[in-house]
Amino acid sequence: MTEVMRRRRLWRRFRRRPMPMAGLVLVVAFVLLALIGPLVTGDPAAQDYMATLAPPSPEHLMGTDDLGRDAFARIAHGAQVSLQAGVLSTLLAMVVGIPIGLVAGFYRRWLDPIVMRLVDVTLAFPFLVFAVGLAAIIGPSLKGVVLALGFSQLPAVIRITRGEVLAVREMDYVAAAVADGAGDGHIIFRYVLPNCLSPLIVQATVAIPAAIIGEATLSFLGLGVQPPTPSWGVMLTTAQQYLSDAPWLAIWPGLMIALATLGFNLLGDGLRDVLDPRSAR
Amino acid sequence: MSLLEISDLSVHFATEDGLVQAVRDISLTLDEGEILALCGESGCGKSVTAMSIPRLLPPDTTRLKGSIKLDGRELTTLPEPEMRRVRGKTVSVVFQEPMTSLNPSFTVGYQITEVLRRHEKLSRQAAAARAVELLELVGIPAPQRRMKEYPHQLSGGMRQRVMIAIAVACSPRVLIADEPTTALDVTIQAGVLDVFRDLRDRLGTAIILITHDLGVVADIADRAIVMYAGRAVEQAPVTELFANPRHPYTLGLMKALPSAAVNGRLAEIPGMVPSPLSDPDQCAFHDRCPRVQEDCRLSRPPLTRQGEGHLAACYYPGGDR
Repeated sequence: MTEVMRRRRLWRRFRRRPMPMAGLVLVVAFVLLALIGPLVTGDPAAQDYMATLAPPSPEHLMGTDDLGRDAFARIAHGAQVSLQAGVLSTLLAMVVGIPIGLVAGFYRRWLDPIVMRLVDVTLAFPFLVFAVGLAAIIGPSLKGVVLALGFSQLPAVIRITRGEVLAVREMDYVAAAVADGAGDGHIIFRYVLPNCLSPLIVQATVAIPAAIIGEATLSFLGLGVQPPTPSWGVMLTTAQQYLSDAPWLAIWPGLMIALATLGFNLLGDGLRDVLDPRSAR
Repeated sequence: MSLLEISDLSVHFATEDGLVQAVRDISLTLDEGEILALCGESGCGKSVTAMSIPRLLPPDTTRLKGSIKLDGRELTTLPEPEMRRVRGKTVSVVFQEPMTSLNPSFTVGYQITEVLRRHEKLSRQAAAARAVELLELVGIPAPQRRMKEYPHQLSGGMRQRVMIAIAVACSPRVLIADEPTTALDVTIQAGVLDVFRDLRDRLGTAIILITHDLGVVADIADRAIVMYAGRAVEQAPVTELFANPRHPYTLGLMKALPSAAVNGRLAEIPGMVPSPLSDPDQCAFHDRCPRVQEDCRLSRPPLTRQGEGHLAACYYPGGDR
């Protein structure tokens, strides 16, 4: 009952702000598009030879591309690819990064400086060079995109987790847990981790849109998802050639990338305000 | 044999400025069901003395000498896994800050049952039933409902009671209370002290009460040790201490009590506490002492007998208040 009350209060504070709510609406729309869209629109590879490079019409809501494929169907399927790339790579970074950050921040000693210098080195490394290298090893595919994006987000996750752990481990309730005879594992998972989660949730809302852009970038360059699989990045690549004849082919995926990214960022801002421990709980 | 025997305990901390001598050659005993007050000003070593019993001091910088025996078992050399079974079960601690000493992410009930399940291996249901009893024991109304609440829903006094409930959950032999009432409103202090008294009477728990508040000492303690600059300067049964204080520092503390104020002004002790980095062979209190003589600067006065169970470390002990 009380947990529900707490959630309800957070929700009330969240709901009063227009921008985060707009973000939430955009994100929900994006997720629905990715989940339900493909079911409604049918085969994204189906070609209508009677209408190639057709402008938007009741038959093809967003027009068609050079091969007569329905742009809306491809946008919807592309949303699925974007969502997968965004969520899976962020999940990967969290699953690998949080334990590393927890251990480094909690035990310090020799491990912490080593991990943090490695993080610094990784942060200095240009993401695209790394992704190109990985694509060369794994081969350009969604798997490669997820791995490349996941690992490029890893340093940020480790750094945030570690910083938060450093603060939380000094809290009185951690000292009290030690005095009650709790072991390290118990302290880490019951005392430190739960009290480190807020900034990580916010980080996820930053990482997901970054990964969506990253996927589009890699696919645009031909290093990510390969045709004929629809991806917003792949669609932009094709659209380049027909920019004067069929500008809508570039506008739709561009707009989608912008809206999805904007949605997650607005949502993240709102969550940060609500979850910030410095504002009264 | 006493329940707890500390002999010649010294605790030093390695810092960049050198060794900080927080506690110097303290010896004390604690009997079952006794409430012992450690008092003195900030930095006198009272907390460090107490926290060295369950070994809660930072292990990499702490240099500890001497012996701490609980029920005849030496704690200073006990392996860490066994020490963990002592903490929270045989020796437990109530910290000063009730507002921040509970885990904000879990309910009160979870935090009490957690200790019971760890040390007593109780089932979830049995631990929950016991937790309700404990909340009742520490005087929390509607314990069933409080079990499901989060720390931020409780007031400071309530949280301190929850902390005490957690500390006594496994019926510890020794309870260390580090300034347990300092952060609380005066009106709530008395209630919390009553809880301690009640625990001692019902469970026979021995309590080490760390405080700078002589009012609290007079109210609840059986015996008191006054510390100054890491050493015990006077120890006596509380009634004897207040009736017949012998060390000039103890006298100074008593004159600083609001009830002893002359013309509405509290008496202060002039001067500063000496550096904890060096330990010259002289009385640490000499340059603040109204009764100082030449020999106070030449050698350190040992604890000498002043009466029944009454020791003071002073060459010129006196009783004038």
